[in-house]
Amino acid sequence: MSRAEALELSGPRGTTSLRARAHPLAPPSMQIAALHDIDLSAAPHAGDFDRALAESGCGALRPDAIEIFQINLGKLCNMTCRHCHVDAGPDRASEQMDRETAEACLRALDRTSAHTVDITGGAPELNPHFRFLVNEAAGREKQVIDRCNLSVLLLPRSRDLPEWLGDRGVEVVASLPHWRRRSTDSQRGEGTFEASIEAIERLNAAGYGQGNPRKRLTLMANPVGAFLSGGQAGLESEWKEGLRREHRVEFDRLITLNNMPISRYLEWLQTSGNLHRYMETLVRAFNPETVSGLMCRNTLSVSWDGRLYDCDFNQMLELPIVDNDGEPMHVRDVDTNALGRRRIVTDRHCFGCTAGTGSSCSGSLA
Amino acid sequence: MAEGYYKREHLPHFGDIAEGGGELAKKFFDYYGAVFAAGALTEREKALIALAVAHAVQCPYCIDAYSQECLQKGSDLEQMTEAVHVATAIRGGASLVHGIQMLEHVKKASM
Repeated sequence: MSRAEALELSGPRGTTSLRARAHPLAPPSMQIAALHDIDLSAAPHAGDFDRALAESGCGALRPDAIEIFQINLGKLCNMTCRHCHVDAGPDRASEQMDRETAEACLRALDRTSAHTVDITGGAPELNPHFRFLVNEAAGREKQVIDRCNLSVLLLPRSRDLPEWLGDRGVEVVASLPHWRRRSTDSQRGEGTFEASIEAIERLNAAGYGQGNPRKRLTLMANPVGAFLSGGQAGLESEWKEGLRREHRVEFDRLITLNNMPISRYLEWLQTSGNLHRYMETLVRAFNPETVSGLMCRNTLSVSWDGRLYDCDFNQMLELPIVDNDGEPMHVRDVDTNALGRRRIVTDRHCFGCTAGTGSSCSGSLA
Repeated sequence: MAEGYYKREHLPHFGDIAEGGGELAKKFFDYYGAVFAAGALTEREKALIALAVAHAVQCPYCIDAYSQECLQKGSDLEQMTEAVHVATAIRGGASLVHGIQMLEHVKKASM
């Protein structure tokens, strides 16, 4: 990355990456160990996710047909939010999907029944092959999702992006923790809210957020602290009214999701003294009604280096899908029959998706 | 005194009050649940009202519960602080408006 490019990436900062700080939680294995160190013996199901599934009559998680092909293009991001489950940031420039892997993703996509291609990161727009992938997926008449941090749209290289995405019918799913400034800046860094509003204005100007299904702008909110998401029902109209009244911007729908107790959010839970209580809250709020809609059942998650995972969270914890020999599967070798027989990898963090109204990349579940 | 009357761990055991009278407890908790369901007001608005009332009645259990509930329902610190000021204004106003009685008394009793 050149100096000019690095400067261009000096976006809002909530913190710096765990890796840049050589933090003890930087290795995923240490995050898993930290979750297992929490004494949940007095909590329901003793804080064991598989036991919670069994005792609630749900049985083991079985994969359904792949509907969503999620591609994580890498960990590079212009922002460094305090809750990021990817530990993304401007310093993660080397972990980026290359063209060969992107092409392997497309060949694998053609072998699945997926109707949606969900492109995430980091900030996926910063990957040099982002537009190639979007073009190819849109050309296959897939529903394409760009998981966007909004501020990336203000970079000079992204000036034409709202229009470009709109021309290809791409849904923009944009992170915004709250429709008001304080909580947004507290989680994502000073100045984020202002940048987000400016980015939504640009999306609106390109036709996004006006009810056109080919230019859908979805806002995705996650709690700013140690509490569960209240679910999207009921909040959407308040958000729409608030953003319209105070900033004259529009969006199409709101989805909410819980924070997963991993990576930088795990670090915050530890340092703020909230970890035990939050994990207990997740376990006590286990809701069996969320299990049938869990995203690990209908999603295939591909990492920047082409490995396969049940979801983006397992990807960040380096819990891959393995073949019969216990070897991590690669996107080059996608075999939908084998994937249909796989065992979904679960651990304590999975309580984050089953708590309360549930949580997924598509919002709440129950 | 090291041990206070209020204990945080009492809150999750609120339902144990049924031990001495299940029927009344059931009626109360059913009513409570119905009150906080979305109706003409949203769940978020009701949680803000509860937060304000919790401060007016100075119930630490309720302040704990509804601070968390307000956050979970999507309110932020500024909105919650405004709700507490509403309770404060009503409490203060309730004292101050009685000053009119004082004023009338003083006017009648003084030259």
